Amino acid sequence: MNTSEAPPARQALVVIGNGMAGMRTVEELHKLAPDLYDITVFGAEPHGNYNRILLSPVLAGEKSMDDIMLNTREWYVQHGITLHAGDPVEHIDRKKRIVRARSGLEVRYDRLLIATGSKPFIIPVPGHQLRGVLAFRDIQDVETMLAMARNHRHAVVIGGGLLGLEAANGLQRQGMSVTVVHVGDALMNQQLDKPAALLLQKALEAKGLQFLMNAHTAEITGTDRVTGVRFKDGTEIPADLVVMTAGVRPNIELAKAAGLHCDRAIVVDDTLQTYDPRIYAVGECVQHRSATFGLVAPIWDQARVCGAHLAGAGVRRYVQQTSPTRLKVTGVDLYSVGDFIGGEGSEDLVLRDARRGVYKRLVLKDNRVTGAVLYGDVKDGPWYFGLIQNRTDISAIRQNLLFGEALSARAA
Amino acid sequence: MPPVGTVRTTCAYCGVGCGVSATPQADGTVAIAGDKLHPANLGRLCVKGSALGETVSLDGRLLYPQVREADGLRRVSWDVALDQMAAKWRAVIDEHGPDAVALYVSGQLLTEDYYVANKLMKGYVGSANIDTNSRLCMSSAVAGYKRAFGEDLVPLCYDDLELADMVVLVGSNTAWCHPILFQRILKAKEARPNMKLVVIDPRRTATCELADLHLPIKSGTDVWLFNGLLSYLSRIGAVAPDFVLEHTNGFDAALAAASIDCADPAAVAKVCRIDPALLLEFYEAFAATAKTITAYSMGVNQSSAGTDKVNAIINCHLIGGRIGQPGMGPFSITGQPNAMGGREVGGLANMLAAHMDLERADHRDVVQTFWDSPAMADKGGLKAVDLFQAIEDGKVKAVWVMATNPIVSLPDADQARRALAKCELVVASDIMQNTDTNAYAHVLLPALGWGEKDGTVTNSERRISRQRAFLPAPGEALGDWKIISLFAQRMGYAGFDFPDAAAVFDEHARLSGFRNHAEDIPRAFDMSGLAGLSGDAYQELEPVQWPARRDAAGVIHSEARLFADRRFAHGDGKARFIATATRAPANAVCEDYPLTLNTGRVRDQWHTMTRTGKSHTLADHISESFVDIHPQDALLHGVREGELARISSAWGAMVARVQHGGGIARGSVFIPIHWNGQTSSDARVGALVNPVVDPVSGEPEFKHTPVRIDQFRVNWHSFILSRTEVNLDSVAHWTRIQGKAFARYELAGRNNIGDFGAWARALLGVADLDADWLEYEDKTAGVYRAVHVVDDRIEQCIFLSPRQDMPSRAWLASLFAKDQLSEIDRVGLLVGMPVEKGADTGPTVCSCFGVGRNTICNAIVEQNLETVAQVTACLKAGGNCGSCVPEIKKILVHTRAELAAG
Repeated sequence: MNTSEAPPARQALVVIGNGMAGMRTVEELHKLAPDLYDITVFGAEPHGNYNRILLSPVLAGEKSMDDIMLNTREWYVQHGITLHAGDPVEHIDRKKRIVRARSGLEVRYDRLLIATGSKPFIIPVPGHQLRGVLAFRDIQDVETMLAMARNHRHAVVIGGGLLGLEAANGLQRQGMSVTVVHVGDALMNQQLDKPAALLLQKALEAKGLQFLMNAHTAEITGTDRVTGVRFKDGTEIPADLVVMTAGVRPNIELAKAAGLHCDRAIVVDDTLQTYDPRIYAVGECVQHRSATFGLVAPIWDQARVCGAHLAGAGVRRYVQQTSPTRLKVTGVDLYSVGDFIGGEGSEDLVLRDARRGVYKRLVLKDNRVTGAVLYGDVKDGPWYFGLIQNRTDISAIRQNLLFGEALSARAA
Repeated sequence: MPPVGTVRTTCAYCGVGCGVSATPQADGTVAIAGDKLHPANLGRLCVKGSALGETVSLDGRLLYPQVREADGLRRVSWDVALDQMAAKWRAVIDEHGPDAVALYVSGQLLTEDYYVANKLMKGYVGSANIDTNSRLCMSSAVAGYKRAFGEDLVPLCYDDLELADMVVLVGSNTAWCHPILFQRILKAKEARPNMKLVVIDPRRTATCELADLHLPIKSGTDVWLFNGLLSYLSRIGAVAPDFVLEHTNGFDAALAAASIDCADPAAVAKVCRIDPALLLEFYEAFAATAKTITAYSMGVNQSSAGTDKVNAIINCHLIGGRIGQPGMGPFSITGQPNAMGGREVGGLANMLAAHMDLERADHRDVVQTFWDSPAMADKGGLKAVDLFQAIEDGKVKAVWVMATNPIVSLPDADQARRALAKCELVVASDIMQNTDTNAYAHVLLPALGWGEKDGTVTNSERRISRQRAFLPAPGEALGDWKIISLFAQRMGYAGFDFPDAAAVFDEHARLSGFRNHAEDIPRAFDMSGLAGLSGDAYQELEPVQWPARRDAAGVIHSEARLFADRRFAHGDGKARFIATATRAPANAVCEDYPLTLNTGRVRDQWHTMTRTGKSHTLADHISESFVDIHPQDALLHGVREGELARISSAWGAMVARVQHGGGIARGSVFIPIHWNGQTSSDARVGALVNPVVDPVSGEPEFKHTPVRIDQFRVNWHSFILSRTEVNLDSVAHWTRIQGKAFARYELAGRNNIGDFGAWARALLGVADLDADWLEYEDKTAGVYRAVHVVDDRIEQCIFLSPRQDMPSRAWLASLFAKDQLSEIDRVGLLVGMPVEKGADTGPTVCSCFGVGRNTICNAIVEQNLETVAQVTACLKAGGNCGSCVPEIKKILVHTRAELAAG
């Protein structure tokens, strides 16, 4: 029996970013090689790892903070991971292979994983730095909004995309009078075609939300804190709270400063490796084959590939796939995936039942589904998603395709 | 007021004349049952009769007199309508003579109506220009009987069909067209399996299914067949020499004519295009069976040799003396409810009244004396086809059409349309507002329909039965006898002041007995025993066969069968053999028109569907017009089963759906007669039929027109179910089918539809953009479906496809019975079929992967899952955004707790 031999010195893995992408990668790594690294995680937020996607239900009062925690501090301890929450990394020294945090703490790495995510885009209109102008990104934002909702009346959400509508819904659920301001004429134009967007707008209006479409914000008014929003046409509405949900930008300053090759985001290859072979990156801060990411499904895929490569068992390649979108507003069922706009050479299947609040559209090309927008009845969304991913020839089931999986099976 | 409770009446349809018990219900419907006491049917009813209750609604009824003006029809009073008619008739008669006006009437009229119409024309206007749609139906049978027996006499009765040892059905799809008689024959055959049933018909009809022998002879070769039989019977000595010698004339000439080309059965078989062995089997059976009935209908009558066919058949009965005894004889089975009554009153242009002849001065004298009338027609009037030709030629300037639809039912029906379009005054008495014919009428007169009118009808066995009213007269509708009488009075004619139908009947009965003695002008038709009935006695009159005479004691004697005494109605008391030389149908097939068109009925429809078309029950059997064609002919002519085809002749064209399986031989097609401009865009087979008529009877050749068939190419198919009427003006091909609480439309079109939604909304008349409107669109595939819902009730739906691959109409139709659609119904609407609830997956927990609560619970229990990760591994649930993970946790805890509690 030989126990005297010391364990071999382990390699050091430093993770910048305590978010969903970074920690999912660590979990994937752990599944394959739990003892390979000494792992140190730096996070800007003073929390364990939580599910950012679920901030909307928290804001809406449907879930608590406890509900959305993914990895508590105990989990880090149990897994022998060193966590520095609330201490963001400010410098990477690639030559020395050292990172330095705001606190001055320096940690050496053999492998570095950058998962800094993205930053909300704050439209630089006059007044954007007033108190009461927020983004909707983290627990801090949610807590601020919840606090404001307790004693303020008027909320304005700028940006009628997925995040904006979830924020508006949450604030409205917290008792505020909410106006959504959107530059286009259709909500969620990244995910919905116009008929679905109109149905959605009607449904949300029925819930009490107000909409200003084709509205261009000129200024956020107020002296110390926000009091209103003024538009280019001169009209103005009162606001105690302005939430900016006009998109996100990959958070790449640190990587750039370290001299990593970046374009719109940190450029990675199919193994999620950056141009520095010791440094990997995952999540919303990466650019893979000219695409950037905002949804969770591709990030889970990245985490799986990256984890495998960090574990040294890396034969996997990351392949981009379409991912579906849903809106987390209770009572609104919405599912969108793929190329739902179509165009030359594509075909449409459309079903409308306005009274029941159902709209479905499939886009076909060469007898294959390439996109789907489902509103009101989304239960077949994953099935269509599967048809898209598998490039299934649907000629034989076309007749009942839009009526769902069960009926298509019956007809075939 | 109509009588209350159950009323015994007679069916509105075929010539069997079944008794019907009608009981009006509190909710306005009518319960219909067979009349157990009526000798024709003894309580049984066929499907058409049983559905009579569905046809008495006032939907679409003509309820008020109307006059056509420049901008359309205007409602007027009876006085205005009749005055206008009378003024025009008087002017026409004054200027052009009495033959410039005409009546075209119908076997749908009651005997009383018919009697008054005939009296008006022949005794007062002084023209025999009154003909009837019975001309199209059984005038050859009349002419055949008259030639053979000296009078239009049906020698036998229904009971004989049960007493016969062999029944030969010629040109009669009895199973569909006279179902109750067919059932009686089958029942007899069941009791006596040796009884033989032979069917002679070019088609293998439903009637053939239960026959011992089917002779599928080539259309139009009946005379060869029966001449051959006559020759055969003579040759083998199956002859009653004494009967032939003592009671008949003309045998030698008839046999000689038959022997020219029909003496050799092999040659006959070749002409008839049947197996010689089959032919001989029939001949032998006929020779061997004394008690044989040969019954025939339109397949015999509707021919350019129709009268000869009838006489060729009768010859074969005369040669063996097979007549006048139970279970034997030549039996014409008529098509209409009162064709026979029309014959009795002289409702045909070549008859006078009460079986007397126009051509005979002594007969004219009898009638004119009896009527005490100012005029008397002295020559035959224009028969149906000639009448409409004369109208088009401008010789007849005013025509009054009663209870029939000549633009649909006449041969060369487009000619009839041209004729009415040119005619100076067209009057139509009808029960329906919209018919193909009414569209050309200048004056519309509302008549009473079945259930409202009151009078008598005579069936195929000479049995007079009452049709009684059990419904109130709707709107301002009047009985036809009353309308005619009012008109006659306006014309200044005396003799039309009948107080009621009973008075008309009484006059008719008295005329039949007037000077009807051996030493004066004897006629076999005598129903004088029914004269002098009190109002109550008329009301209570039980079905009775004529002759019906009263003896000295006042007891009525009726005769079930005639000629038992072997005395016939010719002056010498003898029957006549008629020499029937063979001749082919007038128009032969040719290169351009290579197929023979045969027309006829389907089981559940009647005539031009004005009545049966109202019944959803009757619509289910065959809902669209069709052309039945042999599959090899279909292949040859490039048409396919289930698709539309254009059938055309030298006279006209139509469109129908191709079908196989109607038992049609190669070289022929069959098309039903019922569909018309009200029920379909282009399905009037009458337009194709050659206007050739039998030289004796004037009956048209409906069973033999050369036609061609071509594919009718369409770009799209569609169907609509709708509670409201649909505007089909823009649709190339459509058929309207009555459903329960809705109408179904089968459509097809050749145009390219740009905007499906706009097209559908325009068709269904849904302009409201906020209407509850569900739709499905696959634009490139050309598939569109929409449903219009009003107050949660289905109002209309429309399905469109470039192919005929649309869902079954049955389930959608069933939704029209519901006052409210269920949620699950609504989901299935656009699919066109019910969506099964199936395994209930429960409320969705994981939206990303569509996993329901029940599915998760089941997996936890069945696979003993303990962690969320295991659930995710098993069902994917929670594996994407993770928002349902907390819920899955709760389900896990809950379900495992239940498991533990066991």
